[in-house]
Amino acid sequence: MSILVIAEHDNKALNGATLNVVAAAQKIGGDITVLVAGSGAQAVADEAAKVAGVSKVLLADDAAYANQLAENVAKLVASIGAGYSHILAASTTTGKNVLPRAAALLDVSMITDIIAVDGPKTFKRPIYAGNAIATVESGESVVVGTVRGTAFDAVAAEGGSAAVEAATSTGDAGISKFISEEIVKSERPELTAARIVVSGGRGVGSGENYHKVLDPLADKLGAAQGASRAAVDAGFVPNDMQVGQTGKIVAPDLYIAVGISGAIQHLAGMKDSKVIVAINKDEEAPINAVADYWLVGDLNTVVPELVSKI
Amino acid sequence: MKALVAVKRVVDANVKVRVKPDNSGVDLTNVKMSINPFCEIAVEEAVRLKEKGTVSEIVVVSIGPKEAQEQIRSAMALGADRGILVEADDSQLGALEVAKILKGVVDAEQPQLILLGKQAIDDDSNQVGQMLGALLGAGQGTFASEVKVEGDKVQVTREIDGGLQTVELALPAIITTDLRLNEPRYAALPNIMKARKKPLDTKSPADFGVNPATKLKTVKVEAPAERKAGVQVKSVDELVEKLKNEAKVI
Repeated sequence: MSILVIAEHDNKALNGATLNVVAAAQKIGGDITVLVAGSGAQAVADEAAKVAGVSKVLLADDAAYANQLAENVAKLVASIGAGYSHILAASTTTGKNVLPRAAALLDVSMITDIIAVDGPKTFKRPIYAGNAIATVESGESVVVGTVRGTAFDAVAAEGGSAAVEAATSTGDAGISKFISEEIVKSERPELTAARIVVSGGRGVGSGENYHKVLDPLADKLGAAQGASRAAVDAGFVPNDMQVGQTGKIVAPDLYIAVGISGAIQHLAGMKDSKVIVAINKDEEAPINAVADYWLVGDLNTVVPELVSKI
Repeated sequence: MKALVAVKRVVDANVKVRVKPDNSGVDLTNVKMSINPFCEIAVEEAVRLKEKGTVSEIVVVSIGPKEAQEQIRSAMALGADRGILVEADDSQLGALEVAKILKGVVDAEQPQLILLGKQAIDDDSNQVGQMLGALLGAGQGTFASEVKVEGDKVQVTREIDGGLQTVELALPAIITTDLRLNEPRYAALPNIMKARKKPLDTKSPADFGVNPATKLKTVKVEAPAERKAGVQVKSVDELVEKLKNEAKVI
């Protein structure tokens, strides 16, 4: 078995999600090669070479890969990937953008959001917003899939000593161009990797109140902040904070849902958290059914009291 | 320019599905079916582009059972001009096969804009738009929250993990919609009546030379592990005590 893992990065540093994909690759077993497609991304390749379990790093350094445009990166992945038994990437927006395109170029089917490896060609994945788990067997010569990071424990970032080789660029496909990017800056831990997540929903009332009530709690716990779709649609917080089927999937040790009713689409994004706490004024809220501890009360008084007592 | 919108018939987003006792799949008998919410957003975007004068004709296509006609009619009631149903057995189709059939439709119709939802809420694959982009050799603006057509190019603002990214694509291009692209309108009764008279062609995968059988075999479908019932705590003190001493997470 030979597995190609597509590295997730920003040309400067390797994204932690890649370590979870390598973990899934180890469950399949075989030689693991990491492909770094970027521009001026030598540091990323060096970092990938140190990851435990990686036997080789391929670095494709070209301006065409600077912004991970799917049209260019998928072409490269397809040209390199044909010789591998598996091609894996993280189930991030980048992985989901690039990998299906590469799979179609290779004329093979793809498996999205792998949460368990049952065998070299057999995997589990959630369907219907996580309300069912399908076991899928691939009959393709090359198994292509994205891996849900929260389902696999990351491998060590240090300890490996893989060789870095240059890969031939397939160039710019000439059909797409990067224009601009608007990245939300935050001092807090990254949402999908945080140990504790504090999330607010429609119940927090406003963007101002979201920060007034939840910032102190997140600060005290060193937690990342999330939100329900209702809170994002109401404009309380930016959309990259959305947890759910259509947002990010998280599985922290502790998830605190404040003013969130618990719609199916939200539960799909957080119900694998180890401990769930719900603070809601509604005794009948669906979130209480998945919560380990739930407290009925006004979040405007309960949350500040909680901050003062932890 | 002509726009092609692909829509999928799926279980309604508000239905809590149940796994069949024999683990062969999800029980969909007597369950409410609708247009996939992301597809509805794609239809709405095409209609808005038509209202702005950018798009002249909207063709809506669905691949699935005969009943998917209902979803095509719904899209027509929202403003699509004509429909194509490619009748096929849903359970056989994978994303790659759907993309291949859509390529056949695109080759026949020659649209400049091809709009799809970013994912269907039943299989949650998030693949078809990207695969179609590859098969056509066209650019892809996935997870779109803003679309601006300018001459022979389209600028798409995409929702990415850290925030937003804007790309420019040559036409013809693929766009897959995210939830925040627009708010779909409701179909008015007169428009629902008019939609019944709009043309709807029926085709089969064989018309496009596609074998609809996917190489991904679903071995079984299970219900997810149930969480054990939690407890209601009466005070913040009790909550803090439980988190510290029982769950040991803070």
